[in-house]
Amino acid sequence: MIEQLIFGKLSLDVFPKDALTLYLGGGLLFSGFIAIVGSLTYFKKWRYLWEEWVCTVDHKKIGIMYIVVAFVMFFRALVQAMIMRSQQAIAVGPGHTGFMTPELYNQFFSEHGVIMIFFVAMPLIFGLINLVLPLQIGARDVAYPYLNSLSFWLTAVSAGLIMITLMIGNFERAGWLAYAPLSGLKYSPDVGVDYFIWILQVAGVGSLLAGINFIVTILKMRCPGMTLMKMPIFVWASFCSMLLVALAFPILTVTLALLALDRTMDMHFFTQEMGGNIMMYINLIWAWGHPEVYILVLPVFGVFSEIVATFSRKRLFGYTTMVWAILSIGFLSFVVWLHHFFTMGAGANVNAFFGIMTMIIAVPTGVKVFNWLFTMYRGDINFSTPMLWMMAFFSTFAIGGATGVIMAVPPIDFQTHNSLFLVAHFHNVIIGGVVFGFFAGITYWFPKVFGFVLDEKRGKYAFYLWVVGFYVAFMPLYPLGLMGAMRRNYRFDNLDFQPYLIVAAIGALLIFAGFLCQLWQLFYSIKHRDRLRDKTGDPWDGRTLEWSLSSPAPFYNFAHIPDVSKIDDFWYKKQEWERAGGGKPQNTAYEDIHMPRSTPYGFIISVLAGLFGFSMVWHMWLPAIFAIVSIIIAVVVKSFNLDTDYYVKASEVEEIENLHFAEYKS
Amino acid sequence: MNSKVVAHAHNSDAADILGFWLYIMTDCILFGTLFAVYLVLHTSTSYGPSLKHLIDLNYVLGETMFLLLSNFAFGLAIIASYRKKGFMTSLMLLLTFALGLAFVFMEVKEFIHLVHEGYSWDVSGAASAFFTLVGTHGLHVSLGLIWILVVTMQIMTMGLNGAVTRRLTYLGLFWNFLDIVWIFVFSVVYLFGAI
Repeated sequence: MIEQLIFGKLSLDVFPKDALTLYLGGGLLFSGFIAIVGSLTYFKKWRYLWEEWVCTVDHKKIGIMYIVVAFVMFFRALVQAMIMRSQQAIAVGPGHTGFMTPELYNQFFSEHGVIMIFFVAMPLIFGLINLVLPLQIGARDVAYPYLNSLSFWLTAVSAGLIMITLMIGNFERAGWLAYAPLSGLKYSPDVGVDYFIWILQVAGVGSLLAGINFIVTILKMRCPGMTLMKMPIFVWASFCSMLLVALAFPILTVTLALLALDRTMDMHFFTQEMGGNIMMYINLIWAWGHPEVYILVLPVFGVFSEIVATFSRKRLFGYTTMVWAILSIGFLSFVVWLHHFFTMGAGANVNAFFGIMTMIIAVPTGVKVFNWLFTMYRGDINFSTPMLWMMAFFSTFAIGGATGVIMAVPPIDFQTHNSLFLVAHFHNVIIGGVVFGFFAGITYWFPKVFGFVLDEKRGKYAFYLWVVGFYVAFMPLYPLGLMGAMRRNYRFDNLDFQPYLIVAAIGALLIFAGFLCQLWQLFYSIKHRDRLRDKTGDPWDGRTLEWSLSSPAPFYNFAHIPDVSKIDDFWYKKQEWERAGGGKPQNTAYEDIHMPRSTPYGFIISVLAGLFGFSMVWHMWLPAIFAIVSIIIAVVVKSFNLDTDYYVKASEVEEIENLHFAEYKS
Repeated sequence: MNSKVVAHAHNSDAADILGFWLYIMTDCILFGTLFAVYLVLHTSTSYGPSLKHLIDLNYVLGETMFLLLSNFAFGLAIIASYRKKGFMTSLMLLLTFALGLAFVFMEVKEFIHLVHEGYSWDVSGAASAFFTLVGTHGLHVSLGLIWILVVTMQIMTMGLNGAVTRRLTYLGLFWNFLDIVWIFVFSVVYLFGAI
């Protein structure tokens, strides 16, 4: 009895029996873990790690950690994509089943989707917003620094849980959104779906808190003079994206909670019998899922707006229309969810409404594309890597958008629904939009965080491999989809598909080579960081406030809170300084700066939340109760500590600023 | 729009309370989704028992009264806190706690009664939706009760300082919000359910 309450369904049988997962995933995970623990001990970095990173509330460090998590998970999901592409290229024709079982293949594409959306794209968004947004609005931190740390650690812990699924039990096999009734207890009796539910609940709470945090940061912490219509576009885009987070994530929380109740309490929300309603699951999950797409892509539109203005050395064309385009996309994202399941049979009128709303989204998006084009028109364009990503984004995103509008027509959607045409479409917009955008953004803001720029040459290798790889990998999927190839198949009978699938597999390989080039670029740049050092703090001749700081930005961000009077205020100030015949002036009247103290509670609470999730997966009721009670105790204990901030001495600020100005003048 | 800079962000009441309002908004969406689910499923009794014959409106009215009175007591606590009367504030908070506890107690008793009558959460989609919606509200109230105790303890140990007063404001928003949600539960679930 008692061991049942402690260990639940856990036993020695839970380790995967599948050789491929065990050796590939488990081996990688285990050796990575040993390597990290070993090197931390060898270099005596445990204390450093704890004090400087685990407990930090510095938004820039939290941003870096988000991006590190994203890239680790990216590696895993990318490897899975290549394995799936090779499987499909081989397993064509009668009798050919390839090297994967159908169950393993199902698990792979489910994991690939969940990881790419929740643990690559989302952490990249929050990472980039953390790095840049407070700097752009002239703030010293976010509104709730401790909550920020909690949000990150909840994401990191749930990413850890999804790594654990490689070794203990298995992940779900019902697709990235785990449609009911397939995800119900009847058809998915193992723990896979439970992992899915609790991993996403933990990560979802983290995202929701981060969303609220950034909304308040933007509304309440802008520097004097920065009215809403003078904010950089990246801030606007992030604001809208975070509003969507706050509006949409509670729906996900409820949906997953109901699925969990179905599975553990024998309830009947999404079952096929006893009055359950299957289509309600699909409606609810997409009522969150469609805004989620825009949560991902809106900040990226912001990134591109910053980049195009900087690298064209021109003010962004149509600032106001850009803002309204972002807002209307944000609104429209809530009234199109049904286009994910036109085939449900809701009737012609319902489908027509959602089809038209979907097509309307192309209008504000088109406005943005033309704004970017007009910004480049007659601009003094500098083709650095961020700008190259921007150019690739234009063409790729336009193609992806066009196929999206095609599928927004319900009769066409009936033909392409759940085919590889759809797979090609959403990879086209997510890779061409979100992924390229993050690469552009990370290259662009890298010097602001680390103090040196990324090597251009290796960056361009990576760029060409990625872009060419993308087209080679995904263009064949369009004709394949039209020829009738459906998604989520581990093999095909039709031999006509094979040439396309082989080309797609080669494309995946090129993309992977691009990813390796990026790692090469990173290590090369670290090695040559002295040569690539950014002494001015403004390597791209930027327009927004973050470029007025030293690179890397000091931990307190601004020694003096800036005062702005127009859009791109820094750009005009620079011109004034130039006319006055000097560089950036140093204001030597330093004062004490109020900063938040580091705290371990974000980490502790997140680890407990992870334990709670894991216990719920395995029905380990006692550890689950222990985790919940501990979380409540931790929150209460923390609330008794009012000593949450301190002052940085003016002399320390002066020292740091003097160093920067000495380097700046050299 | 932005005349005041929040330099000491982590101590600014305006920013903090806006954040809490946003949290309330997200909770509102959470309940909104649960109401939507309830409205979709409330007729899906699947040949099982229907809630209609099991509802005792007088009992639920009593429950409602306890929750509304607890909110009134909370209002008294807030007035006392404005007058900087720490002891009175704590006393009124404890009254709020007692009334809230009576509400939760009655709700749990009602649930047990329903299960005894054969209306358990696993008999139909409608029953699942009922227990989940009402139960989520009850869970919120229970967490609110723990919170009331913590804040009372903080008033007693730390006095009505800035941080504690701010938390009292959050708690007030939360407690009022739960009242409003309950009004909807009472109307949508019980009143319509009894028709």
